[in-house]
Amino acid sequence: MPVTITSNGRVWRRHSPMRDILGFAAWLALVAFFVFCWQVMTKDTMWVFVHDAPAQGADILARALPPRWSYLASLWKPLWDTLNMATLGTLLGTVIAVPVAFLAAGNTTPSHALVRPLALFVIVASRSINSLIWALLLVSILGPGMLAGIIAIALRSIGFIGKLLYEAIEEIDEGQVEAVSATGATGMQVIDYAIVPQVLPSFIGSVVFRWDINIRESAILGLVGAGGLGLNLQSSLNVLAWPQVTIIFIVILATVVVSEWISARVRRALI
Amino acid sequence: MLRVSNLTKTYRTGDKALKGVSFEVPAGQVVGLIGPSGSGKSTLIRCINRLVEPSSGTVHLGDVDVTALPRGKLRTARRRIGMIFQEYALVERLTVMENVLSGRLGYVPFWRSFLRRFPPAYVSNAFALLDRVGLIDHADKRADALSGGQRQRVGIARALEQDPELLLVDEPTASLDPRTSRQIMRLILEICRERRLPAIINIHDVLLAQAFVERIIGLRAGEIVFDGPPDALDTEALTRIYGEEDWAAMRRQADDDASDDAESAAQSREAAARLAGIA
Amino acid sequence: MTATPSYPGRWKRPPLFIRSRATRLLVYGGLALYLLAALSTVEVNWLRVWEGLDRGWRFVQGFLMPDFTTRWRDIAAGIEESLTMTVCATVAGIAISIPIGIGAARNLAPVPVYLVCRAIIAVSRAFQEIVVAILLVAMFGFGPFAGFLTLAFATIGFIAKLLAEDIEEIDETQAEAIRATGASWLQLVNYAVQPQVMPRLIGLSLYRLDINFRESAVIGIVGAGGVGATLNTAIDRYEYDSAGAILLIIIAIVMLAEYGSGIIRKRIQ
Repeated sequence: MPVTITSNGRVWRRHSPMRDILGFAAWLALVAFFVFCWQVMTKDTMWVFVHDAPAQGADILARALPPRWSYLASLWKPLWDTLNMATLGTLLGTVIAVPVAFLAAGNTTPSHALVRPLALFVIVASRSINSLIWALLLVSILGPGMLAGIIAIALRSIGFIGKLLYEAIEEIDEGQVEAVSATGATGMQVIDYAIVPQVLPSFIGSVVFRWDINIRESAILGLVGAGGLGLNLQSSLNVLAWPQVTIIFIVILATVVVSEWISARVRRALI
Repeated sequence: MLRVSNLTKTYRTGDKALKGVSFEVPAGQVVGLIGPSGSGKSTLIRCINRLVEPSSGTVHLGDVDVTALPRGKLRTARRRIGMIFQEYALVERLTVMENVLSGRLGYVPFWRSFLRRFPPAYVSNAFALLDRVGLIDHADKRADALSGGQRQRVGIARALEQDPELLLVDEPTASLDPRTSRQIMRLILEICRERRLPAIINIHDVLLAQAFVERIIGLRAGEIVFDGPPDALDTEALTRIYGEEDWAAMRRQADDDASDDAESAAQSREAAARLAGIA
Repeated sequence: MTATPSYPGRWKRPPLFIRSRATRLLVYGGLALYLLAALSTVEVNWLRVWEGLDRGWRFVQGFLMPDFTTRWRDIAAGIEESLTMTVCATVAGIAISIPIGIGAARNLAPVPVYLVCRAIIAVSRAFQEIVVAILLVAMFGFGPFAGFLTLAFATIGFIAKLLAEDIEEIDETQAEAIRATGASWLQLVNYAVQPQVMPRLIGLSLYRLDINFRESAVIGIVGAGGVGATLNTAIDRYEYDSAGAILLIIIAIVMLAEYGSGIIRKRIQ
């Protein structure tokens, strides 16, 4: 009770004394936990390096500037590859994500006991694992190249698009589904006439959004051998060619800005 | 025509929505289904086309026992039963025409419906129906661009596009203003008469029901407590259905409403005359 | 009086997105051409793929029958690093994000502060974690400290941006009412803004905790500590059963985190 009656009349406090103590204890626990984590994390940290960091940073910066603009000419092909990896990966991921989402949505799944948990697991597994890790695996399995990158992008996109789509399917207006089923429509017709129109705009929005994210991700997949700008980044880093690294960063940055602009435009047009 | 016998529905929560309901609707008869909220009206009409699975009892449409049909056959039974919904239940993001054509989904294979390539007869029928409900110029508009009354007209056209033998109407006027409500009720009744189409209209507005339908069934707690012509619905019967209330006062209020409605009735007569030429 | 009018038997659905026929052809045609061009750039060494299928199958097996024991010491150390990095980076990142987020809200901050804060957010969002990690590892040396800095830096861009947007969308009448009492700027933030944005800030923080953990598994690949390094080694040695074990642990932790944050979010709503 925030208001207590004492001999001096009513006393107001924001929380009861018990809640004050609990709140304080919670904050204390959080701080203690943070300090504990900090100590575990830094137990092997070489503080010499940390103190040295500003000098190191200044050194790198000095070596990175001016950027080697002549290197730009050899980046167009990897940039084109990067874009294509993102686009094809997004498409492949979308094609797989759509059926998975319908199997995962509570109102369209054929079986709540078996299929739905399985589809949900596919989604969470895909979401938990970054495309760079998928690429690492796929390069080891399929060999280096764009194919590994495309599949890595696709595998990560399944979870993203699948999750947004199945949530959209679960939020549809069931009245429209009821009305279409009442006409004697089959299951596929109900999906086509009652569900697809309701989820289409948000679905396209999430695909474009994912495409935008995938361009960022495909730019670095080459670090583990999957093609695109990352390959150049890796080889430049290996020989400590910082002026080239600067150029690559500039190209990545410009691509990201442009793709974000496009994706924002498309999504705004859809709403 | 339609024979419902001993229909019960118990929901998984244990609520008994229907407790042995039986009645028959002969060809061409329009029945008003009244009763307080939670009396099972909505469950009852949804049990007829099995949007809600009845727990026991049978529903015969002509010679077919709808309740005994397997899933695949249910589709052919459902297309014989048109349904009009409370909140219109149009697919908001589809065009008006697609909504009307969706009434034919039970008749066409998936590829036709997917490509929107309906047989010409169905398309011209859909145009005729849109004309009948006064919306032929809106065929290409999206359903969410229409007003409430217009949407319900599309809902009516969709149900009729099915070429149904029975019409189930669930609270057609619940989200409409009084004047539009009467227009919509009048339209439904006119269409039922033109086609000698039997209908079950689930309606919470007793006076609207009395004004339009030829038979009233009163439902209370899942049981039929009144079944007769509108004139027989006296204070005693109303009390049986709804419980104690000042029914006389309600009727006086209604008379005032009715005089407000005279103007709209004239308008609607004019519309009906125009439509008569078409039908 | 009148003949029964006849109705057309054909109807074509109006186009969904682009009205003009020419633009539509141009856009769809252009997209199709681009896709063809993109597909043609993919060079696949089918022989290598065929050889790889065997390894792919071994990975599937490793995923289904993971080996937690052989490399358990490495895995445990990696997970420990990942988790501590995640917690520290999230807490520190949020602590820094809050003032920046307030500063980046147009309705609370003066223009110069607003511009500076927005610039910080833009820089933080422009580079993905892995690029930042590369730079920070070069500066701070290998290990979780560089990873901690990377994640904290990325957290700032994420939380501060969304917090600023939230603050800009608050109900202005409440702020006006508090201002009318003669409240100072800090009191305004405390009484009018904080109650409105707090639930979402907590939700965002939990979401970011989840993202940071997932990212902590990646930045190890470039030497920034965490389980990513362990995973990298396992894959390099073709130890797919150990790799499968690590991936399953990551998935399990992410699932737990999502489940937990779902409960917390429901309680604060």
